Amino acid sequence: MFNYVVRRTLQAVPLLILISMILFGILSKAPGGPLAPYLQNPHITEADIIRLKHNFGLDKPLPIQYLHWLGNVVRGDFGYSNSNSEDVLTAIAERVPATLTLMGASLLLSLTVGMALGIFSAVKPYTIGDYAITTFAFFGQSMPVFWLALMLQLGLAVNGIPLPFGYKLQLPSSGIATNSDVFILGDHLVHLVLPTMVLSFLSLALYSRFTRSSMLEVMRTDYIRTAAAKGLSQMTIVLKHGLKNGLIPLVTIVALSLPGLLAGAVVTETIFSWPGMGRLFFDALQQLDISLLMGYLCLVSALVVFFNLFADVAYAWLDPRVKYD
Amino acid sequence: MYGNVPLRQLTPAKAVEMTDDVDETIYKRVSFWRRLSRHKLAIMGFVVLLLVVLAAVLAKFLAPFDPNFIDEKWWHGDPVKPCFLDALHCGHHLLGSDEIGRDLLSRMLFGAQISLQVAMFAVLVEITIGTALGAIAGYYGGWVDWVLMRITDFFLSIPLLPLLLVLTGIVAASSSKASLSFGVIVLIVGLLTWPGVARLVRASFLSLREREFAEAARAVGNRDGRIIFRHLLPNAVAPIVVQATLDVAGVIVLESTLSYLGFGIQPPTASWGNMLAAAEGTMSNGWWVAVFPGLCILVTVLAINYIGDGLRDALDPNMK
Repeated sequence: MFNYVVRRTLQAVPLLILISMILFGILSKAPGGPLAPYLQNPHITEADIIRLKHNFGLDKPLPIQYLHWLGNVVRGDFGYSNSNSEDVLTAIAERVPATLTLMGASLLLSLTVGMALGIFSAVKPYTIGDYAITTFAFFGQSMPVFWLALMLQLGLAVNGIPLPFGYKLQLPSSGIATNSDVFILGDHLVHLVLPTMVLSFLSLALYSRFTRSSMLEVMRTDYIRTAAAKGLSQMTIVLKHGLKNGLIPLVTIVALSLPGLLAGAVVTETIFSWPGMGRLFFDALQQLDISLLMGYLCLVSALVVFFNLFADVAYAWLDPRVKYD
Repeated sequence: MYGNVPLRQLTPAKAVEMTDDVDETIYKRVSFWRRLSRHKLAIMGFVVLLLVVLAAVLAKFLAPFDPNFIDEKWWHGDPVKPCFLDALHCGHHLLGSDEIGRDLLSRMLFGAQISLQVAMFAVLVEITIGTALGAIAGYYGGWVDWVLMRITDFFLSIPLLPLLLVLTGIVAASSSKASLSFGVIVLIVGLLTWPGVARLVRASFLSLREREFAEAARAVGNRDGRIIFRHLLPNAVAPIVVQATLDVAGVIVLESTLSYLGFGIQPPTASWGNMLAAAEGTMSNGWWVAVFPGLCILVTVLAINYIGDGLRDALDPNMK
């Protein structure tokens, strides 16, 4: 097991280097490159540009530039973000808490609700409830994230839901807090509601489908029948005996879907003006901030590779029948 | 299992027990249609998709207005109300107008053309590249396989949407946003999505090339190309068809997301996605601008996903 983890980790390094190489190649095609903001400035002369190019090492061949970049990255320096006027790593680190809050909240919501729906579907398959849940899951898979966000904004933020006694339920549709200088827990939670709903919708559908099919399989096994024959209650059978094995595949799916959640956060954070990494990426894209785009893509890819490894290891650890060598 | 099936239709199934190959294909074909027609939601999906495609093809004749015509007679700053909301002040705009007075229904019809075509052609590119490279990797194995699989590793390790956005962003910045034409979007989406298909095809080819009929084809001296395309590929079609169907749905969503964010199909050309780009601003005075194009996406994608689900069940019940 230990050997397996070490070998997979070592294999991940060349993959990550390959990824960064190709990304570097792609981003070097961007017009202006890291000098784009200077090119717009009328006070900067042709000679200045040549000097800047030389200082940034942009007059060297691409492979040399890449090695220079890689050397800096190994030392923890992802370059300077022009659009944020600070180091790339600092700019990203500042946005991590907001993204983690959003991802944590939506993971909590999608896991609990998705699992509950999936278990219900599997315990009572081919009933009206099951069909309703399956249909709901299909909607979740087919719904464009941004449109769901628009619809929720329209329904819950702009128009609001009328409550009795003339009150109206109206949720804030943008930002992380009404006044970002003061921390009020209730205010933060209210701001979290809509983005969390949007971000968790897709994974909720995914998790419920997987829980359903995995639990359906488990419920057909001999040891479940034995448990039933012993006279255990349905509750004990499902929650104590079935769930343990039924949820193993879900661990893999959750681990593999986490990076996708990051990507989904790009859309969600942009629409809800949520100050997270996704929005940082989108803003950087509009200003073509090369170093920041490069840093973001590399970090996200590293996360994907890490979670792939994590999923495989966790699976082998949870299910002793799976052997890796 | 044979329940209410008339005896006459049982013959192919019986034949399969006695002989093989030829009758087996007949049996498979018959039961494919039977299984598909039992999948009611897939049939509904087919009907809905057919209607959407028809609407797109006939957009020229169905659309009450030119999609880019700004109706200044009725539009005075706010989106024109749909006729079902206000029969008097709608100026024949059945579903109202958008934020600058263009007929919503007409734009939706022409938008359907763009959205469906982008999805269709992008998936065509995806399937062509994915199938070819997957087949080569699976058939030859060795270092060819290794190199191709490392390339797919690369693509599958970067979340699709950010990578797509970066590529379209670079193309847009290189000249202008107008350079993000239909063809460019199709190519970029196709070039980024093929690795999933390649993995799928490779997996089938790895097992198919060991089968006896493949060995026989080799033994009688067929060229590799012929073995791959005439003997192996037909046996690997089922999962490709299912994947292609589901990916058409996926690309419709992807294109609409790109266009919504401003990095896809550029206005004034209408696509379901870019029609929603201004929706955030018109929520308080024209909810229909945000609702109807999105409904088009949802209904179409839902229909295609159900078709894909039905195809998967019908082509191979064990595939899930």
